Parts: sequence; C-alpha cells; structure tokens
Amino acid sequence: MDAKSPGGKRIQLAGDGTISTPEFKPDLEPAGPLGLAALPLGFELSPINARRWQNFKANRRGYWSLWLFLVLFFLSLGAEFLANDKPLFIHFDGKNYFPVFRTYPDTEFGDDMGTAADYRDPHLQDFLNEHHAIEVWAPIRFSYNTINDRPPSAFPSKPTWMLNAADCEFAVKNGYSKCDTLEYNWLGTDDQGRDVLARLIYGFRVSVLFGLILTIVSSVIGVAAGAIQGYFGGWTDLLFQRFIEIWTSVPELYLLLIISSVLVPGFFVLLGILLLFSWVRLVGLVRAEFLRGRNFEYIQAARALGVSNAVIIFRHLLPNAMVATMTFLPFVMSSSVMTLTALDFLGFGLPPGSPSLGELLSQGKANVQAPWLGLTGFCTVALMLSLLIFIGEAVRDAFDPRKTYT
Amino acid sequence: MTDEPLLSVRDLSIAFRQGGRETLAVDRISFDIAKGETLALVGESGSGKSVTALSILKLLPYPAAHHPTGAIVFKGQDFVPLSEREMRRVRGDDITIVFQEPMTSLNPLHTIEKQIGEILLLHRGLSGAAARARTIEVLTQVGIPDPQSRLKAYPHQLSGGQRQRVMIAMALANEPDLLIADEPTTALDVTVQAQIIALLKDIKKRLGMSLLFITHDLGVVRKIADRVCVMKDGKIVEHGTVERIFAAPEHPYTRALMAAEPRPDPAAPHPDAPVVLEVDDLKIWFPIQRGLMRKVVGHIKACDGVSVSLRQGETLGVVGESGSGKTTMGRAILRLISSEGPIVFMGKNIDGLSFKEMRPFRRDMQIVFQDPYGSLSPRLSVADIIKEGLKVHHPDLSNSERDQRVVQALTDVGLDPATRFRFPHEFSGGQRQRIAIARAVVLEPTFIVLDEPTSALDMVIQAQMVDLLRDLQKRHNLTYLFISHDLRVVAAMASWLLVMRHGKVEEAGEAAELFRNPKSDYTRALFAAAFNLDTAPEGVVGQ
Repeated sequence: MDAKSPGGKRIQLAGDGTISTPEFKPDLEPAGPLGLAALPLGFELSPINARRWQNFKANRRGYWSLWLFLVLFFLSLGAEFLANDKPLFIHFDGKNYFPVFRTYPDTEFGDDMGTAADYRDPHLQDFLNEHHAIEVWAPIRFSYNTINDRPPSAFPSKPTWMLNAADCEFAVKNGYSKCDTLEYNWLGTDDQGRDVLARLIYGFRVSVLFGLILTIVSSVIGVAAGAIQGYFGGWTDLLFQRFIEIWTSVPELYLLLIISSVLVPGFFVLLGILLLFSWVRLVGLVRAEFLRGRNFEYIQAARALGVSNAVIIFRHLLPNAMVATMTFLPFVMSSSVMTLTALDFLGFGLPPGSPSLGELLSQGKANVQAPWLGLTGFCTVALMLSLLIFIGEAVRDAFDPRKTYT
Repeated sequence: MTDEPLLSVRDLSIAFRQGGRETLAVDRISFDIAKGETLALVGESGSGKSVTALSILKLLPYPAAHHPTGAIVFKGQDFVPLSEREMRRVRGDDITIVFQEPMTSLNPLHTIEKQIGEILLLHRGLSGAAARARTIEVLTQVGIPDPQSRLKAYPHQLSGGQRQRVMIAMALANEPDLLIADEPTTALDVTVQAQIIALLKDIKKRLGMSLLFITHDLGVVRKIADRVCVMKDGKIVEHGTVERIFAAPEHPYTRALMAAEPRPDPAAPHPDAPVVLEVDDLKIWFPIQRGLMRKVVGHIKACDGVSVSLRQGETLGVVGESGSGKTTMGRAILRLISSEGPIVFMGKNIDGLSFKEMRPFRRDMQIVFQDPYGSLSPRLSVADIIKEGLKVHHPDLSNSERDQRVVQALTDVGLDPATRFRFPHEFSGGQRQRIAIARAVVLEPTFIVLDEPTSALDMVIQAQMVDLLRDLQKRHNLTYLFISHDLRVVAAMASWLLVMRHGKVEEAGEAAELFRNPKSDYTRALFAAAFNLDTAPEGVVGQ
C-alpha cells in the first residue's frame, strides 16, 4: 500500500499552473499514490479510487458512520433472528425443527387444531417443556406484529425496566399481569400492544431497503436519461428538458393521495409512485457532466477511432459522470428514507400493520403520555439520517480533488 | 542600482504536505532582484518556478504548503513569518502579479472599471472620479485604445491580448515596486506575445520598477531579461546575466535547453506519390440564430473556402493565430464536424457519409490532439487506450494478437512496452503524447492530423517529439496535416505551408519557399513575431 513514488505527487503540487488553477480538470490529474493500493476488502483499486478511499478514511466521522450504519443495516437484515415470535430451532422428539424458516402445524407439538403452531401459546410451551424439548429463541421473543397479551397495563405499556412499585401495584389491582411474570419489552409496547423494539428493527430494515432500492433504481433511470440528453444534445436535450420541467411541476403529494385511494399502497406500489418523480433529481447533474465531457479530447479521439456512441457513453463518459452521482447518492438516499417516513407519518405510506418508523412517530404524536414511542422514533430517525448525512459529507470530500488533509 | 536588493530570496524551500507525506517542490533557492532589474526564472514545467513566484506573495495553499527553510526579504522585511492579514497589504500594492491565463484571471461578471477600481479602493482609498481618472491613466499606459469607452466593457468583450493588457493595468494601478509575471504570454498568439513583451519592457523602463519574469521560452528571456536563473527539479542550477548565459552556458541542463530547437528536416514534396487528400473549397459555417423562430441571421465562418491537396509522405503545415479556423478545419477533414465542400480521401468522396459509413475510413485517418493530459481517458490503462481502435477495426484479432500490436506500437513511439498496464497519469506530458501517437499509429493509418501535438510540451520534449514524428513518417510513409501556431516546429516538419487568418487562406505554397519569401504583410508580421519576437506596424495584426 505504501509503494508511492514522490515524483507523481510532486507534479501535481509543484507543476506549473496546477497551483494557480487547481480547479482545472481535476479528475485528470490525480495526486494519489502511484501504484495500486489494496483495500482490506481484498480487491485492488485504481490509484484515483485508492486516494479517494484514503481521503474518506481520513474523515473519521464519516468513516465510523459508515461502519456503524453498515453494522446496523446488516443486523436489521437479520431481523428474524433478532426479534421473532417463533423459536429459531427446536429439538423435539428426536426431530429438528426450524420454525423461523418453516411453518409447522401445531399437530407436530401435541395439539390437535391443525393450524400453524403458536409458539408463544403457554399450552404449547408447557407441552414442549414436559417433553424436554430444546428450544433456541431469538433475543427478543416478539415479531413486529406480535401482540403482548400479558401486559402490565393498558396499551401502550411502559418499557418493563421503567416499571416501579406503583405500576406493579396498579397491575395487580386492575387484573393485568404481575410484574414478576412479565416478558421484557425493552422499549415498551405501542398502542396495539406490539413490542416497540421489534417494530423498530423491522421498521429500520424496511426504511433502509426502501431508500436503497428507490435510490438505486431512480439513479439508474436518472443517469440514463441525463446521459442521453447530455451526449446527444440538440433537440433530444431540448424536448427532454421541457418534459422534465412539466413533469416536476406535477404536485407529487396530491397525485400520491389520488393513486393510493385507487391502489392499495404496498411496498412496491409506493416505490413505483415515488420513483415516478424521484428519478428527475440526478438528471440535471449527469446531463451537465455529459455536456462537459463530450467535448473532452479523449472523447473526440474515440470518435476519430470510429468507436460507437454506446461504447463512448459507457466506457468513457459514464465513469466521469459517476463521480458527481456518487457524491450525491447518500443525500438522495437520506431524502428517500425521509419521504417514506413522512408518508407513513401522514398515513399514506405502507399498509396498516407494517413496521414503519413513520407510523411509530405518529403513534408518539397521538400518545404524548407514552414518551417512549415518540422518543424512540425520533432517536432512530435522527440517528439514521445523521449517519447518512455524515457518510455523504465524507464521500463528497473524498471525491473533491482540491481537498487536502493536513 | 543600490546595494540593497529590492527582493532577496534566501535559501527558500517550499514543501507540500499531503496525506501525511512531504514533498519538496523547491529546494533551497536564492536570488536577488535589484531595483529596476528584470530577472527571468526559466525552467520546464514541474521545475518549481511558478510555485516560487506564488510563494513570494504567499499565495500557496498554506498550511499544506510550508517553508522548511529560508527567508523572503522585501525591502528589509521577511515575508515568511507574516500573517495573512499583513500579507494582504503587500499584495496588489508593493508587489503585484500577472498570471498566464488571461481568460480566467479576470472575473467575467465585472466590468474593467470595477476590477481595476477595486484595487485602487483597497490600497489607496480612491473611489469615484479619482479612481476613474487613474483607471483611464493605467489603461492608456498599457495601450488599450480609447480607454474611456472600454471602462464599461466586460472581459468577454476583449480579445486575449487586450485582457492580458487589462491584467497588466490592474497590476500597475498602484505603482508596485515589483511586478511578477508568471508566463504572461504563453497563452497568447505570437504576434500578441511580441506586443505584450514590448509593452512590459517599455513600462518597466518608464516606471522604474523591477520585474520577475517566469517563462519556459528562452527566446522571450533573451528579449526581456537582465539576469536569468535556470531552474530544474526545484533547484537553481545556473544563474547569471543574459549575455553570459546565452554566450557560454555552463550547466549541462542549460545547454540542453539552448539546443532544444527542433532540427529542421522537413519531408520533401513527393510530386508523383498518390494523392491522399483533396479538399476543395471547404466551408464550415456556424449559423447565428436569433429570435423566437431561430431565424438564421448570419454565419460565423470558421473556415471559408479552403482548398488542400496532399500526397502520400508529405506534410502540410497549417499555421495561424488562435481563432483562425485551423483546428476546425482539421476536424472537418476527419469528418468530426460537418462541413460543406468535397473531401476526397484516397480517391473516395467522404463528404456527407454518416458516422457508420465513415467507420471503415477511420482506420486510415487518425488524429493526435494538443493536450496530452486531456486526450487520454484517465480511467483506462495504456494498453486499453491503444487497443480501443483495434477492437473497432480488427474485431477478428485474438487478445494476444492485439496485445502484440500494442507492444509494437509502443516500441514504435519509443516507450517501454512493459508500462502498458499503467494509467496515463503515471506518465509525463511527453510520454503521454507518445501514447496518443501510439493510439493513432497502431491502426497503421495513411493520414494523421496532428493538432498542435507539441504545444503543451516543454522545449526539450518538443524537439524529441518532432524527431519521433518525422521518423514515423519515414518508416511508415505517413501523410501529416500538421496544425500548429509554433512556426519553428512547423518549419522543421512541413513540406507545404498554409497560412490561415479569419478562416481564410492568407497564403499557401511550398514551405521552404514561403518561409524564405513571404508575400503578404500578415505572413511577414507573423514570421517576424515568431522568429524574432518583433512587433508589427499598427494595423497588420490585431491586438
């Protein structure tokens, strides 16, 4: 990693003209270390990207934000293993069961209803205990839609560790579960008795996945549209630009209200509707990059070689435009997450019952007496968006050729 | 001259810190400038001369840049420990600077009056009528015709030469003791360059100020400087008076610099070789459209009625100032932009063919561009860059055959084929230009348009490049269309010469004859400016 020739760098810094006009074609004159630098991830980066990665790492806040975000994201991807109302594994009667992957009828466990087994049912638990079954549970024994039917109070109920003697007395007096028999709700329950932490983990996953898919798909469309406009210019550009102007003037929210009254707004319907409008964001940026790039001499050289338009766009121009796009992506992503949260908050988002941060926030608004709802929602959304913004800042700085770290 | 020098740079080093690593750009240099004296700093790009100039005013990106040793003593005061605020009083008042690029050193959104007035207000507190009078005075000094009417002009309304004059006027406004000129003429045409140098000389004498002149062009140095410092790799390798350095250079690098003149050995005309290119009455008119209905109200005639005939093995030199249409013509001949008039290439009329129909011809016609930094895709390895054309024109070649051709082409242009897996930024400017040439010759073309292939290179490299091009021409019997504003390089290469002005042919003929015996006034002025840095009588060339 440290095979660096001082020569290359000196040219960048001391070269005539590069100091007086540092903004001149920054991308063409990387100051990075010569030779390839290997990432700990095990693949090799081009020198430009190696320098960017170094710059990114130099921004400690962004770097740690990225790790923290990735850890949270991968944890939430395995939400079923963190919070689930089914055991992960049961060894019973000489057989192995994996309820987290498969649904077993309760006849397997000594019941006779023939419906799917409810592992939280006390009868079923007693039965398994009697037969010395081995059970492995997720750390949280609630899924996002599991209702805690033995709460210490009316819903929304407090986080279990916050219960005090008065609460316990109240529970006994009013026929709720006694304090010493409670299941732990780390962050309490919401107004329908569902564990907030479980909903949080699932909601985080939905938010991030939604943001990620929306960002990627809208970027692909936006980059393609921008590329075509910028590269061909002329009438193509003119007509497309006018179309986009009209398109962006359509009031998004009202359209969403109308569509969601006709279609059931599931995950993918919502994604589709938001996609209709969000692809426009990157078009201008990419178009400008292509307008600039198509007059570069190496593009002219490629044309003089007879290289086809498609190859020029993909091989020569797109990598240039990707720098601007990459810089923008974390911000696009955070605004996508925000849009979904906002729609859920207003009740036009995911169908009722889905785990969602926006819904948690709106519950917090409706139940001011239960501050754990609002606070949890707020902290999670704030943390997630802050991490994305910090990552975005670091990415932006890393791609800035003029940025020097001292 | 007094005993105390005006500016004394002692043991100055400049280092840059980046990513935890230190690079030394300038290594313990010392020089003095006396009052009324002109000192020239000469060296190739990357030798640290511009950084030195910027460091005198502390315009470097501190704290990434810093000075491990040395002092910059101006009128008895050391600048190195001074704060940014204290430096600001010096800048634009005692010491001023003129940059290379007049297109970008003026703010495009402000008028000339406002830009000069700003400096007057900052350092002298002049405003209103007083500032206006002073502005007109300095504009007159730098030879802007009719300065009153020019006050309200924006930079884009001025020509390159006039912009550079305005820059000089700004630098003169507060009557500085020292003017630093950082390659002030490099971006200008030869005729304008001669004017600006004459102007700087004249002003320096009249105002009695000192001049620090940074350049890579020895011809300019000889014309303007009293003393010379030759820089290489951040060190001053030789210094002395102009007479001494030019008469008896001591350091081997100085001698190499002196000998860097391209050796003239142009390809002779081949009257019986087959005609490669025949262009008749080529017109490239860009319509000017106005109004709602985009009505065509006129044309910009980038190229108007140019005829060319070129036989195999010959070189046609196309010269002219910037904006004369020479580059446009070269690209039109390759059909990269549309034009009117027949272009007959190797017996076939290629005018009006579509991009697809042109593809088979592209194998035989190639182009090498001016800027070796911009003409290679920074994201592809050298092998990939050279291979690109092979993939289009020889799709049947196997990977190893292609690789073989790449190796052959790199050997042809004098580069080590082992370097083909590296990326362009790991090469110097001259090496990159060789890569660009390799990309052209790998297809074994008949005809290559060379669009200012030497302009962005240092003098020593220029001479090597000319040798390489001539060598390739002889070995492969290539035909060149050589576009350049540098007449010395053209004189070394061309069998035929075409002088262009405002899109029209000013004069054309056999090169040797034309250089000896130019007919039109403009050509004569161009040659005088290029070879002797002489200014032309008024009216022959533009400002």
